Amino acid sequence: MTTENVDIRSVRTRRSFMQNAWRALKSAPPSAIFGMTVIAVYVLCAIFAPLIAPYGEAEVVGKAYAPASAQNWFGLDQIGRDVFSRVLYGARNTMGIAFLTVCISFTLGGLLGIYAAVTRGILDQVLSRIVDVFMSIPVLIFALMLLAMRPFDAVENWFGLHGTFSQGVKTILNLIFILAVLDSTRVFRLARNTALSVAVQDFVEAARLRGEGLRWVVLREIVPNILPPLIAEFGLRFSFVFLTIAALSFLGVGIQPPTADWGSMVAESKTLITFGRPQPLIPAAAIALLTVAVNFVVDWFLHKTSGLRDDK
Amino acid sequence: MHPVIRTVLQRLGLGLLTLFAVSVIIFSSLELLPGGFAEAILGQGATPETVAAFNKSLGLDRPPVTRYVEWLGGAVQGDFGKSFAGAGGWREENVRFVSDIIGPRFYNTFFLAALTALIAVPIAIALGLFAALYRNGWFDRIINSVTLTTIASPEFFVAYVLVLIAVGNKNGFAAVLPDGWGPMVKPFVSWIPDLPPLATVSKGTPFWEHVWKAILPAITLTLVIVAHMMRMTRASIISLLANPYIEMAKLKGLSPRQVIVRHALPNAWAPIATVIAFNLAYLVVGVVVVEVVFTYPGIGQLMVDSVGSRDMPVAQACALIFAATYILLNLVADIIAIVTNPRLLHPK
Amino acid sequence: MTSDVKPADKSRVKGSTLVEIKGLKIDGYSDDKWHPIIKGLDLTLKRGEVIGLIGESGAGKSTLGLAAMGYTKPGCKITAGSVTFDGIDLVNASQDRLRELWGSRISYVAQSASASFNPAHKLMEQVTESALNHGVMDKAAAEADAKDLFKRLQLPNPDTIGGRYPHQVSGGQLQRAMTAMAMSCRPDLIIFDEPTTALDVTTQVEVLAAMRRIVEEFNTAAIYITHDLAVVAQMAHRIMVLRYGNLVEEAETRAMLKAPTQDYTKSLWAVRKLEKKEEKSDDIALSVSNVDASYSGVVKVLDNVTVRIPRGKTVAVVGESGSGKSTLARAITGLLPPSKGRISFNGKDLPARLQDRDRDTLRRIQMIYQSADTALNPRQTVRDIIGRPLEFYLGLTGAEKDRRIVKLLDAIELNEDFIDRYPGEMSGGQKQRISIARALAAEPEIIICDEVTSALDQIVQEEILKLLMKLQKETKVTYLFITHDIATVRAISDEIVVMYKGKVVQQGLKSDVLNPPYPAYTELLLSSVPQMDPDWLTTLLRKRSGAAA
Repeated sequence: MTTENVDIRSVRTRRSFMQNAWRALKSAPPSAIFGMTVIAVYVLCAIFAPLIAPYGEAEVVGKAYAPASAQNWFGLDQIGRDVFSRVLYGARNTMGIAFLTVCISFTLGGLLGIYAAVTRGILDQVLSRIVDVFMSIPVLIFALMLLAMRPFDAVENWFGLHGTFSQGVKTILNLIFILAVLDSTRVFRLARNTALSVAVQDFVEAARLRGEGLRWVVLREIVPNILPPLIAEFGLRFSFVFLTIAALSFLGVGIQPPTADWGSMVAESKTLITFGRPQPLIPAAAIALLTVAVNFVVDWFLHKTSGLRDDK
Repeated sequence: MHPVIRTVLQRLGLGLLTLFAVSVIIFSSLELLPGGFAEAILGQGATPETVAAFNKSLGLDRPPVTRYVEWLGGAVQGDFGKSFAGAGGWREENVRFVSDIIGPRFYNTFFLAALTALIAVPIAIALGLFAALYRNGWFDRIINSVTLTTIASPEFFVAYVLVLIAVGNKNGFAAVLPDGWGPMVKPFVSWIPDLPPLATVSKGTPFWEHVWKAILPAITLTLVIVAHMMRMTRASIISLLANPYIEMAKLKGLSPRQVIVRHALPNAWAPIATVIAFNLAYLVVGVVVVEVVFTYPGIGQLMVDSVGSRDMPVAQACALIFAATYILLNLVADIIAIVTNPRLLHPK
Repeated sequence: MTSDVKPADKSRVKGSTLVEIKGLKIDGYSDDKWHPIIKGLDLTLKRGEVIGLIGESGAGKSTLGLAAMGYTKPGCKITAGSVTFDGIDLVNASQDRLRELWGSRISYVAQSASASFNPAHKLMEQVTESALNHGVMDKAAAEADAKDLFKRLQLPNPDTIGGRYPHQVSGGQLQRAMTAMAMSCRPDLIIFDEPTTALDVTTQVEVLAAMRRIVEEFNTAAIYITHDLAVVAQMAHRIMVLRYGNLVEEAETRAMLKAPTQDYTKSLWAVRKLEKKEEKSDDIALSVSNVDASYSGVVKVLDNVTVRIPRGKTVAVVGESGSGKSTLARAITGLLPPSKGRISFNGKDLPARLQDRDRDTLRRIQMIYQSADTALNPRQTVRDIIGRPLEFYLGLTGAEKDRRIVKLLDAIELNEDFIDRYPGEMSGGQKQRISIARALAAEPEIIICDEVTSALDQIVQEEILKLLMKLQKETKVTYLFITHDIATVRAISDEIVVMYKGKVVQQGLKSDVLNPPYPAYTELLLSSVPQMDPDWLTTLLRKRSGAAA
């Protein structure tokens, strides 16, 4: 409780953004620090995979299903490739594709969602109903069905791009396209609802009464207030898309060999498990660890930003 | 008309409308197929005559709207048309009806889902209730970190860990543990029964054998959805207990049991129904991966196979069944929320 | 039921000590820290006595009231001191022991009746629950008794109202039903926690009268918690003024109203001492003629409303919830275009829709909102908030804009250091000042003030009202002041518009409206406003029953 006249003349020094960020980091709980460390390691592995990996992505280095050894830490896979190297390359492919997908879905769903919330009216009605319908089909089921359609083939036809892309690249483009569209419906819903909760506030009405245009209302009044939940949602959507891609690849309809990918690596080596060998669990654990890490960080971020407002 | 009946009818209508829209999406997405069905099945090298014959035999030469009406009309009666399986050498005697393929598998998936729900729902609700009542206690904290971890794990990770335990149990974890450790661990795990790592059931499998074979997939699914369901139950119970009328009940001198039974429970049906429906709908998705892991012959596996072989009528039928289940579950939850809402039950 | 928990009625000797609180300290947990809420308070309550706890937000009055029944809210804990109820140590009592007392010998009436009744049960079940649970009466007796209580509390249809669900009765009726619920076991003590704060004044009178009558009839001791001194003056024998968890002053009600010893106590009715000298003017700046407006197109929220706003003066629009006073503001600003009628500004018709008004017209009509928390963008600094209208309307930029911002800050009596602050770093009153500066920056002709002081504490209200009057003197700005509070109206207005259910009941000079002869509704409204006179309610009730007879 601040009294009216106590701090009326008080002078406070303002901390810079970096200082604030550093202070926040230092006070982060162990789970968040763990999460951030894991994410940092994964990102570094993804970026520097070719430098770190002892062998190539598709390089056959020995006998199929050779067990772990000093040269091949995680053993060899069904055609004799080094599993450790493939896990590193897999980080690059799986995470990269998931990241790209979420970026597209946020651009699409986020922009439309905010626009719908601010303008209301018929566009909002129509988009919201369409999104309702899309959301009544589970993403994995919808994605499975659409993957069979190979929508990118149609794109190829329209633009006369036959032969431009290899089959492997086309599968990945299909995957990104389908998941980005499906995921953008979820982003739309969240962006619309959070933007709407801000748009009904008096300060937005005040801006409209002042005569401000749509640009100002959206960029200056609404976006700064919905950024924290949207950033948190980006993390959650990323881990969801990442899990979906892994599941689809595991099911054999996602990323195709020889591209290293954690989901298909589990599927390729799954027979080993029936002999009691844990090798398929390595890429599976890599997936689980990353999603746990992202969840920990998002949890902390949400806690932090929701409490920030009354931070005096 | 009584407001409850009116609201329920409105909600039912909305559900039907959604289902209709979903069926249109599922049907029309097939129309986008470049080159059409025939090319997808027969390959780009097919002669125009073969394509025409193929299209005629499936009735694909007629306008899309006519075909949609027929497809939907059939689907409502359980007839999803003819499968593409056996493509290439397209002959009348090889044609199988989609409904014949789906029928037994639908039973299997339903069996697995029901078994899972039977195990998972009571556990999740009980855990969620305890965590909410003793929130911030040690029980709550442990459950919180455990569930946060399981939520984030993909289904196949959980599944393979279970398989590894089931298999490893037989050979003393020889491949997992360093040499010589196996016998030391053995006494601690010998109580675990020999669970079947593959759930291969067929039409004639007796009921209890079916249960036994489906137990690992069911445990996998349980682990995955209990975490979600328990967290959501906890959250909704906590927000329910934050209502001023709960404090008022305490200050009227009621015991904690009376507060829960008389004041919290009558208002808890709607949120709990929502939590259960949401998670059973989530189960629909999990079932696909788990069926593939355990080679359990259900709709999920069928859908994955049909997508792989581009057997569109089967894939469509599976998608429609999954979507309909999903919509139905949410509909049931909403209707429970409507009929337990005192404001609608007792209008002004 | 043990004998010491429920003594026979004859042992309730008036005048013996019922509650004794000594050196009580309570801490509350927020922002990962424990903060003191009650910093060592004593309280003594005799049987049959009513004590009033008064203070502003954060005074700790509710926490103290609840502590008197041995209860602390989740996240609060008693760190020192004792609470004794009829010889029973409540701080160290077991939960079972407390449950025996709660509902039977001590009961609680909460602020929000609609949230404190369980939506799933009928009123009767909830009103009789304590009596049945404590085994005081059987079901038939408890229900007959509840009907009797309903009658005593003057609820309509006392025999059947118990069969209704909470959402089926009005707020004022629900508040009386909650009093019946508290009374069901004829407790020794009732805690009233701001029971009329959420009600309109005309409803408040009925509820206050009913509560006071029943407490007197059963000779029940009570702790009455409120922020409104005039209300507590009607209810309490003795008043304790609290601030920041400390006692400011304690005295018999009459003594305190007549001669408060502390400045802080006097400040609790600060707004009532303000009174602007009214000025008449026929130079109309803005006029609203025969305006209808509705949200759904069916129910008229404004019904043939005609209002004239003279230039440089303050017109107060007063009315209860649902009177359409805020809708009038929305119609004038163009947010809700009227379905009928005209609004003219400086003699010219104002385009109905906001989109059709040009920038200069928009500049001339500014608005200030009730809650500065939602009216200021939490992600913008004061520089952005006040600077934007300067830039947008007047084209000021850079150093010139900053100089103007500092000037405006000076006008609203804030230091120039505030220029880099975010709303979250200011108090409620400071934020409201920033809202005022933002409106002022546009150099408007009219400012619409929508309940701008009702979310603030009394002293802050007074400061804000004084500031608004000072600014009017300096800039000759016109105010349209929307409020439900008659004291505020008296303090600031030249003319008054009384609204009721979407219609204008009366418009006139302050002296005309506030003095007889009154239209019926104005009379009801004015007479329902509690006065700083302990006999006000008694006199009013006598007058009203006399008029009815």
